[in-house]
Amino acid sequence: MTEKTVLRKQESWISSILRHQIIIPIAALLLLSLFNLIADPSFFCITLGHNSAGNPVLSGNLITIIDCGSELAILAIGMTLVTAASGGQDISVGAAIAISGSVIIRVLCGTNTRPDTLQAPIIVAFLVACLVAMAFGAFNGALVAFFRIQPMVATLILFTAGRSIAAWINNNELPVISDESFTYFGGYLPGIPIPTPFFIALLCYLITWAVLKFTTLGLYVQSVGINEKTAHLNGLNPVLIKLATYILLGLCVAVCGLIKVSRISTINYSVIAKDIEMDAILAVALGGNSLSGGKFNMSASILGAYVIQFLTTTLYKFNVQSDALSAYKAVVVIVLVVLSAPSVREKLSALVRKLHTSGQTTPAA
Amino acid sequence: MREKSVLEMHGIYKSFPGVKALQNVDFYLREGEIHALMGENGAGKSTLIKVLTGVYGKDAGEIYLKGHSGPVRIHSPQDAQNAGISTVYQEISLCPNLSVAENIFIGRGKGMRVSWKQMNSDAAKLLTSLDIPAKPTQQLASCSIAVQQMVAIARAVDMDCRVLILDEPTSSLDESEVAKLFRLMRQLRERGVGIVFVTHFLDQVYEVCDRITVLRNGQLVGEYEIEALPRVQLVSKMLGKELDDMADIKNNLPVSTEKDSVPVYEAKGLCSTEGIQPFDFEIRRGEVNGFTGLLGSGRSESVRAIFGADRVTSGEVKVNGTPVQIKKPIDAMRHGIAYLAEDRKRDGIVGDLSVRDNIILALQVKNGFFKPFSKAKAIKFAREYIKLLDIKTASVNTPVASLSGGNQQKVILARWLLTHPNYLILDEPTRGIDVGTKVEIQKLVLKLAAEGMSVTFISSETDEMLRTCSRLLVMRDRKLVGELTGDQLTQSHIMNTIAGGEQA
Repeated sequence: MTEKTVLRKQESWISSILRHQIIIPIAALLLLSLFNLIADPSFFCITLGHNSAGNPVLSGNLITIIDCGSELAILAIGMTLVTAASGGQDISVGAAIAISGSVIIRVLCGTNTRPDTLQAPIIVAFLVACLVAMAFGAFNGALVAFFRIQPMVATLILFTAGRSIAAWINNNELPVISDESFTYFGGYLPGIPIPTPFFIALLCYLITWAVLKFTTLGLYVQSVGINEKTAHLNGLNPVLIKLATYILLGLCVAVCGLIKVSRISTINYSVIAKDIEMDAILAVALGGNSLSGGKFNMSASILGAYVIQFLTTTLYKFNVQSDALSAYKAVVVIVLVVLSAPSVREKLSALVRKLHTSGQTTPAA
Repeated sequence: MREKSVLEMHGIYKSFPGVKALQNVDFYLREGEIHALMGENGAGKSTLIKVLTGVYGKDAGEIYLKGHSGPVRIHSPQDAQNAGISTVYQEISLCPNLSVAENIFIGRGKGMRVSWKQMNSDAAKLLTSLDIPAKPTQQLASCSIAVQQMVAIARAVDMDCRVLILDEPTSSLDESEVAKLFRLMRQLRERGVGIVFVTHFLDQVYEVCDRITVLRNGQLVGEYEIEALPRVQLVSKMLGKELDDMADIKNNLPVSTEKDSVPVYEAKGLCSTEGIQPFDFEIRRGEVNGFTGLLGSGRSESVRAIFGADRVTSGEVKVNGTPVQIKKPIDAMRHGIAYLAEDRKRDGIVGDLSVRDNIILALQVKNGFFKPFSKAKAIKFAREYIKLLDIKTASVNTPVASLSGGNQQKVILARWLLTHPNYLILDEPTRGIDVGTKVEIQKLVLKLAAEGMSVTFISSETDEMLRTCSRLLVMRDRKLVGELTGDQLTQSHIMNTIAGGEQA
């Protein structure tokens, strides 16, 4: 093998990495880590302590990130599928989380707002919430798939009505659940020092991975998203596939609802999962996925979700006030999104190639 | 300018990157005539009209209008309108939620003041004078498409237009509506308006037009008086085959059709929502047949109905003698039917997906949701067909959109061959690809047929059809009008049947 071909191999290796989609969230993660490492290395500190129940728990910023980023990561799974298949986003997920959270509480509390014991097993409450959330997902999906309404407009309906529906489910009361086992899902399992939401997110990711591996969902969703007419002529039913992605997103919403209400053992209809839809969409975009549908990379989306949480936690760490948080976040988001735009990436990888070749030729000359 | 001309176009050139759309085209329109502009797709009709109406700038040539000394400059549709050139397109470009009167006068008022009474009475006068059945205050959307088109024409007439261009105005009208439109066109002819009429329907040309200009491949074929150009001649001019030169190519295909066997596919009274007349069709093992006809004659719609690509409204279908229901593409695929669609970009490729995913797509769908191919198997399939069809691609992972047209077509062909169909439908598989690949595809069709596959082949190029098909079904105006086999398979016979009516 001549030296020249070796050179070309290296070069294509670098540019192929640069072209790979998952590079965007990884680069963002590295940048944020680097920033924290320089600004204050104690950011990465993890300590083992005990919580009020006497369980051993790990605490630290990294733990906060994997804990609080879980809901976003789970939502990003469904949002990625919906985006890929329908070329639009579901902006009602926050409101839908409020609904499914409210359903869980309603089933667990029955008619009593301060029950001493749970009125139903938690699994039953969760399954009911799943059904309800999937039904709302189907509603959104039907508007998009059957009636061909723009996804954002179609989901605007539930976005507007969702929190009222959530409040109505519990007669606008704020029931509190005192049962300790209910806190496990949003807190810690006895004896395990890592927060449960992380395990739930991990499980969701593994299930999604298996589904994408052992079914043709990925190929179907991408085909429908890229060229609906071709998909139809190849025997697919685009309407059904779009509908299915919205129902799957509904399932993700129900899981998030469980985590959210478990965290505080009650519900605040107007605050729960507020603005989470925008973060979920952002996670998909940060993952380098086109928001107009088509090809997707699930791992990149999920990583994107953790990048957002990493950013939020970093900003809190530097005492940015919570009302100013969004403004700072916006600045970082602009940078990340511009950098991940295909045209910018193309130019960047061309630049890297140029630097690389000039770097190789200079010593020779 | 010649006497009586309202419009003259001299030596018009227009090219787009890689395409010479118009080369040295002349066009004369006389006062008070209806002039048909004819040509197959890509002949340059719409480019010529767009140059005339200022949508495109021309590369060279001059346009003269009556009443203007010297050539006129038309840089925008607004310029064209001011010069008295109006266009009515196939799709209505009016405001459906405004009233008829408003639509006639919109954008033409001077100053801010609007006299509604004056406007409505003017509109009423105009509508009665043109015999258009609409009230000025009626909302436009509540009128039929034909009336909407007439309102658009009325608007043009009232703007003092001397050149009226009607671009496929009849394609969405039924017979009685077409008759009304023609009455209006004749009235305008009496008033001295020059009308350019673009249509694919031959019958309509002979019903209403005075002269015909034929374009082919961006070049002027000629201008003819309607009486001097029989239909067969017109078709041969459009297709570019002079009847005299046409050496009748004998069909030397070994007829491998087993006449007595059960048809692989058989349909009776098949009809879809796309407006074709119900038709009967059958194909036997190892047979290659084809649908022919002019563009818009319904040949694509017919095969789409066979594949269930459009909604099938009626008809009995038998596959290998057993009655079956084919309502959607997956039904057809399960019965071993494959369909390569006419529009490669719109209905064929999944652009961003890799060559590999594009090749396995149909078989994967057929295989089912829970049985995905392993990556290794998918690559094996893709490599096999890349080699078989000699597809030029950097790798199996290259996005299919980055391949050349011919190679994209081969990828789609590979996709369908991979499903091992008994019956393969190819709708314009050779359009827009280089000559070498065209020949390869034709050879492949014959080879597949020899191996026992049934193929339906559609092509705009009659030569290709004659080389490959042993039976041709001829369509005209969305109706199956004839079937040609054996000795009848000659250029002149095909053209006669396409043109219909008279014999050459």
